[in-house]
Amino acid sequence: MSWFRRRTPVAPLDYGRRLWMRAWIAAVALFLYAPLLVLIVFSFNDSRANIVWKGFTFKYYGKVFHNEGLLTALGNSLTIALLATIFSLILGALAAVLLWRFRFPFKASVEGTMALPIVVPEICMGVAMLVFFAAIDWPNDLVWPLSLGAITIAHITFCFPFVALVVRARLASFNREEEEAAKDLGATEWQSFRDVLLPHMKPGLVAGALLSFTLSLDDFVITFFTSGPNTITFPVKVYSMVRFSVTPEVNAVSALLILLTVVLTTVALKLQDVSAEAKA
Amino acid sequence: MSEPIIQIRNVTKRFGNLAAVDNVSLDILAGEFLVLLGPSGCGKTTLLRMIAGFEMPTEGQILIDGQDMSYVPPNKRPVNMVFQSYAVFPHMSVTDNVGYGLKIARVGKTDIRERVEEALALVRLDGLGGRMPDQLSGGQRQRVALARSLVMRPKVLLLDEPLSALDAKLRAQMQFELADIQDKVGITFVTVTHDQDEALSMACRVAVVNKGQIAQLAVPSDLYEYPANRFVADFIGSVNIFEGRLVVDEPERAVVDCPEIGRIYLNHGVTGAHDAAVWAALRPEKMTMSKRGAGAAKDAPDGHNQAEGQIRGMSYLGDITIYEVKLASGRTIRVSRPNLSRFDQEGFTWDDKVSLHWHPSSPVVLLS
Repeated sequence: MSWFRRRTPVAPLDYGRRLWMRAWIAAVALFLYAPLLVLIVFSFNDSRANIVWKGFTFKYYGKVFHNEGLLTALGNSLTIALLATIFSLILGALAAVLLWRFRFPFKASVEGTMALPIVVPEICMGVAMLVFFAAIDWPNDLVWPLSLGAITIAHITFCFPFVALVVRARLASFNREEEEAAKDLGATEWQSFRDVLLPHMKPGLVAGALLSFTLSLDDFVITFFTSGPNTITFPVKVYSMVRFSVTPEVNAVSALLILLTVVLTTVALKLQDVSAEAKA
Repeated sequence: MSEPIIQIRNVTKRFGNLAAVDNVSLDILAGEFLVLLGPSGCGKTTLLRMIAGFEMPTEGQILIDGQDMSYVPPNKRPVNMVFQSYAVFPHMSVTDNVGYGLKIARVGKTDIRERVEEALALVRLDGLGGRMPDQLSGGQRQRVALARSLVMRPKVLLLDEPLSALDAKLRAQMQFELADIQDKVGITFVTVTHDQDEALSMACRVAVVNKGQIAQLAVPSDLYEYPANRFVADFIGSVNIFEGRLVVDEPERAVVDCPEIGRIYLNHGVTGAHDAAVWAALRPEKMTMSKRGAGAAKDAPDGHNQAEGQIRGMSYLGDITIYEVKLASGRTIRVSRPNLSRFDQEGFTWDDKVSLHWHPSSPVVLLS
């Protein structure tokens, strides 16, 4: 009479078997991924209006690759993201080491001020940047890529605190005796930093770089205030396209962007795995 | 083994108002195994870190091989250190860890490989060069740290609590092994520990450190049998200390009158003023226990070197049994007896009334 036997009772931590938990997970997945799925599916929709499914086509992807304005914007965005990431990484890592290693007057205030760009509303940051660059008469007729200077600087200011935060958290687990051991074995300050501290910071640096790159790539508000007519970035361009109508072209572009970030994240995670395997 | 390789001259280290190391002078001889022993927070690690160069003395100077080290940074000193956490570099293989110092010193690649293999063989890690630190046990990791320092052929090897993270069996094994390695390489070892067994078993000489000062510097057996003061007597091993007055002090004999246990007779003189307050120390194993009235003190005048009491507690430790005996004065002392036979003839047990006596050479008189 096996069907009569009661099934195994649900263990205290056996959350996966509880109905309400399953429903919750399903709801999260629905609201998180369904819109993205719809977006991608409709990028193949053969209709201008983009409300009803009319048939399958690749033509909007073709259109994207012939839309010069969009490609320029994408190029601008990638350039800015790359520059902002590099500078944020250096600045953030140095700030993290400084705050971790040394004690100095007003350290707490320095730490607080540095985290300000994380908490200040983006709209305020944007307006502040606009006013600042106007006040110092920042030239807006420079040649590419110097023309991206203002946006890049604005992006660095809100990206590097994130890098500093992540790297600082990583540094907290560092055993300082390792650094002393390196010095004891003859290493100079620089050599012990390069051979012992930097390898320990690496996971934090990779995470910080990923954060910076994606933050910079999809930032709209601050960029909107600091970009000029010749320095349109990808999100700003998409916004201007949407103002006319949501065409499948916008869907196609968004799908490509999603693909790009997924690929980048996968590569970064793979790199992490490789270094972890080399360690193991 | 005669000239000092390290001279510590009147070294004081203050952290704020606290003197972690207080006017210490110490000569460490070439080739010896010196142990700095003391309770936690006594300043022994600070002293070791000053030798390594990670702390600067507030006052005084440290000479290594005759050279003043005051302005020499850690990476230029001819000493190497094994850290308490071992500080093995987690992202480098065992071979890279051990070869790190040589690489920094720009030693040739073939030389590095030879010396690393030699060092790994010395600490019995041959064949594990390709492993990463997280694939090693705690004991193995410590051997890596040891090899990494030894490969540099330092004049002095400093070890900070080297065995504290190992389990008891491994610790006992490593004590012998460390002494053996030291014997093989002939490098001066300076070790810091709070474990007296470790200190007594490994050291040529032990410096007992208390409150930033050296309480006594002696070979292990002298430390146990001839402690210089109450702190050392109490810190090393187990001891009963009685307050008393020096009532007889002649070249060949002395008597200390202790209210708690009676008159203690010694067959040698004590350099102290008559009627001065002194302390008499008696080790638990140096007293003989018998059923009441069954034994008497030898080589001592009547009524000296004996006491009556009652057993109030006992703990059987296998090789010995420790008894807590309450004296007539109300003071409880510890007495230990070796279990020489598998069947104890006398069978002491709780509430037995017993007599204690001891030889005139057993007590130690302490002036401070």
